[in-house]
Order: sequence, then C-alpha cells, then structure tokens
Amino acid sequence: MDLWNWLEYGAWGLSALLGLHMAFDWLKTDSTYSEEVLTSSREGEIEALAEQHKAGGAHHG
Amino acid sequence: MADVDITSQTMDGMGPHGTKVGLLRVLGPAHVWALGVGIVLVGEYMGWNFSVGKGGAYAALIACWFAGILYSCVAMIDSEVTSTVASAGGQYTQAKHIIGPLMAFNVGLYLVFAYTMLEAANAITAGYLFSVVASMTGHEGELDQRPFIILVIMFLAWLNYRGVLATLTFNLVITAVAFCAIIVLFLSTSGVLGGGIMDHANLFEGHELPYGWIGVLAAMHFGLWYYLGIEGTTQAAEEVRSPARALPFGTLAGIMTLLIAATLTWYVCSGILPWEYLGDGVDGAVAPLFDAARLSGSTGLVWLLGFGTLFATLASANGCINDASRAWFAMGRDKYLPGWFGAVHPRYRTPYRAIVFLVPIALIFALGAPLDQVITFSILSGLLGYTFMPLNIILFRRKWPLETIKRGYEHPFHPVPAITLLTLCGVTFFAVFLGYGTQLVAMIGFYIVVSLWFHFWRYRFVNRGAQFTMPWPKPRGY
Repeated sequence: MDLWNWLEYGAWGLSALLGLHMAFDWLKTDSTYSEEVLTSSREGEIEALAEQHKAGGAHHG
Repeated sequence: MADVDITSQTMDGMGPHGTKVGLLRVLGPAHVWALGVGIVLVGEYMGWNFSVGKGGAYAALIACWFAGILYSCVAMIDSEVTSTVASAGGQYTQAKHIIGPLMAFNVGLYLVFAYTMLEAANAITAGYLFSVVASMTGHEGELDQRPFIILVIMFLAWLNYRGVLATLTFNLVITAVAFCAIIVLFLSTSGVLGGGIMDHANLFEGHELPYGWIGVLAAMHFGLWYYLGIEGTTQAAEEVRSPARALPFGTLAGIMTLLIAATLTWYVCSGILPWEYLGDGVDGAVAPLFDAARLSGSTGLVWLLGFGTLFATLASANGCINDASRAWFAMGRDKYLPGWFGAVHPRYRTPYRAIVFLVPIALIFALGAPLDQVITFSILSGLLGYTFMPLNIILFRRKWPLETIKRGYEHPFHPVPAITLLTLCGVTFFAVFLGYGTQLVAMIGFYIVVSLWFHFWRYRFVNRGAQFTMPWPKPRGY
C-alpha cells in the first residue's frame, strides 16, 4: 500500500460524504418547505421592472 | 415600446411574478468571463491538436482563426440577444421568446447534452491526469481512476449546490491561473524571456499542408475545441447583478482572451513538437502544452503547466455543471420538463434538484462511455446550437428592431455576422460528416424523435401562459 492506494480510498470516501451531504440536505429542504415556495421562481427581474412601470401590452405568445 | 430599461442600475434584486425563492443576483463581469473561458480553456490544453493530425500545422492555424471568426460571431450575437433576454436557460430562453416552443425544447436539449457530455469528458481527463501524476511519482501498477473521476464530479456538483458565487469565484481563480500559465510558457519558450527553443521553419519544412486543402477542411472539426463553450456565459443571465452590462462585457472579454490563448497555444506547440507527434492526441501529445513545458527543460514550467492542465479541466467541468443545471432548471420552470425541476434552494438559491439530477447522468457517461464518443456528441450538440443562433438573431432584429427594445449591447454589421456564422456552421457540418458521419446522422435522428415526442405529447403540459413573460412590445408583423 503506497500513498496512491490511500488516496484512492480517500477519494471514494470523500465522494460518498459529499453525495450523502447533498442527498441529506435535499431531503431536508423538500420536507421543510412547501412545493409552492420551492418552485415559485419566475424569469428574471426584467419582468419586475415591467410590473413596476406598469408596462402595457408587453406580453406576447 | 414598453417602458422598460434593463440597463437600469437601481432596480436590481426584485422578485417578479410572486417569486418567493429565486436565483441570487450576485455575479459580476469577471464571473461571466470565468464561466465562459473556464469551460473552454481545457480545449487549449488538449484536444485542439487533433486538427494538426487532420491537416498539418498550418491547417490547424487556419482552422483556429476560422473557428475564431465563427465564435466571434457567436459571442457578438449572444451578447446582444442575452442582454435583453436576461434569464436562466440562455439560448433556450432566447429560442422560446424569439422562435417558438419546439425550437426552444431542442435548443434546451442541445445545451444540456453539450455541457453534461463535456463535464463527463473533463472528469475522464482529470482521472487520467491523476494516473499520470501517480506514475510520475513512483506509483507501481495501474491507478484506479474511477474514484478520482467520481470525486471530481461529486465535489464540483456539491460546490454548485452550495451557491453560485463561491462556484464561479473558484472558477475565476483556477481559470486565471491556467490562462497565465499559457502566457508564461509562451514568454519562456519564444525567446522573449531568455533563450527561445522555437524551430518552426525546420519543423514545417516539406509538410506545410500534408493532406492539401481537404485537410484544412477536416481540421475545422477540431478547430472548434479552441472556443467550444464560450456561449455558456449566457446561462449566468439570471444571476448577474447587471445583465445588460455584465453579460456582453464578460462574453466579449472572454472571446478576446480565447483568441489570444488559442493563437499562442498553436504557436508554442507547433514550434516545439513535430506535427506527426502533435497531431496524435491519443498515442502522441495527449496534453501538448504540458509536453511543450517538459521539452523546455524547466521544472518550474512543468509544474505550472501541470497545474494549468488540471485547473483547466476542473474549471471546464465546473462551468458545465453550472450551465447544464440552469438550462435543465429553466426547462422545468416552464414545464417543458416536469415542473419539479424548476425548484430553487431557499438557502443556497441554486437550482438544486437540477444539479443533483444531472450528477448520475454525468457519472454514467464518465464511467461507461469512451472519451472520443462523449466529446463528439458534445461537439455535435454545440454545433446544432450555433446553427440556431443566426436564425435567432435575424428573427430577433426583424420582429423587434433596434428602436423597439433597448439592448445592453448592439452587435455591429448585422446581418454579416449571422450569415458568416451560418456559412461556417455549414462548412463545419461537412467537416464533421467527413470524420463522424454516423454519429452526426444518429444525433440528428435522436433530436427528430424527441421533437416528435415533445410536439405530440409533452407540449400539452407546458405552462403556455407563464412561459412568455418578457415585457416586450408585440413583435412586428403580429
């Protein structure tokens, strides 16, 4: 066993830790907040400017 | 004209249309530069030299500059459109607003495929680099590359999950180091600082264009590697503080950086390495800049270019995760894909479900597919995306002429860049067909099948009212 064999084990372990951390946080977030809040994002602030300025006839599609 | 000024500096940071949790506007022009150049610069460290194998050193230079023209057009067109469509999803969102849903769906998939495949290719490359370092430092036997490939993807996905500012600041640092390494190598080997080791005349003599002009055409395929991915800057559109200023600035500074880096890379490598060795990216010069550093005899340069190669690889994978997840997120938000993917993390303000979802896909390609196939599918998806851009800008200018919407940047000489880009895309498609005809046909077949699926099934779920939210006036002629 040389240094690189230890590094192989270290890389496996660290990958697992990072993956578990993301999975744990993901599940915690999904159970803490409602789906409505989590998926409330809409396109960028340009629309906010439109609302602010009450731009009329601005939408298409 | 709508009473909207997206160049406003005082209206930032508002949540539109009832947004409770949205992406965070924290990035500046330097982050945009780091995102674009970071994705691309690995192409200078490896890959571009296949163009030398296709047609010799001069063919590689011609391909480098023609591809440079192609990407300058891409950067200019992208800068104009995205400075008005400042939303996550980049070209997907542009297509949605300017052309229509089917084009948008296809462009969204081009983006996700191009970036996820490139991420996988970078992870494979990083694993290979670790194995080279292991054998150079006395490790006996074959290093198992898998844990290092997985670690690269997991670490960068974790970084992306935790926040965009840290992710792209990390990219800024490692991309700057990788770019400076190329400059230092050029200064050290060309004779500007100390004695030069360049020998262009002798290395080129007798085989200026070994396969004639058809070789130049074939070299165009790999000429794209010098710049492939600079269009990724647009994915940061919803997270920059000032989209109208930062996106054009970062993108155009990025393409200028790459034009310099690409030309210097060609000059250094073709002046030190014989073209037969340089052009063989599998059994010859896998990492030509690193090889050039080794031939310089300087231990410092070997270390610098070694780190430069690794950093460029990591920066590219990091930017690809950022961009693929934004495109996937934007498609989910509009219900082009399940709306579940359109979620934003309330604390980190990142598209966390899209980031996590794409991790196993990248791992499957990184661990189970050969590098050249992965790269080819990435290039083909990118090329399909570039072909969409000229159509996009021509329709954009026709439907919304300059006086109807204020742009953060107006690109000059329209429609010359659009026509040039379309012509060069046609040439490159032919070049790709020469080498990878089967993959090209398979890829186009795949996109036709998914387009039919979208048209006949998926489109009924699309949130049609909410997907067009830009405060633009009605398009001319409608």
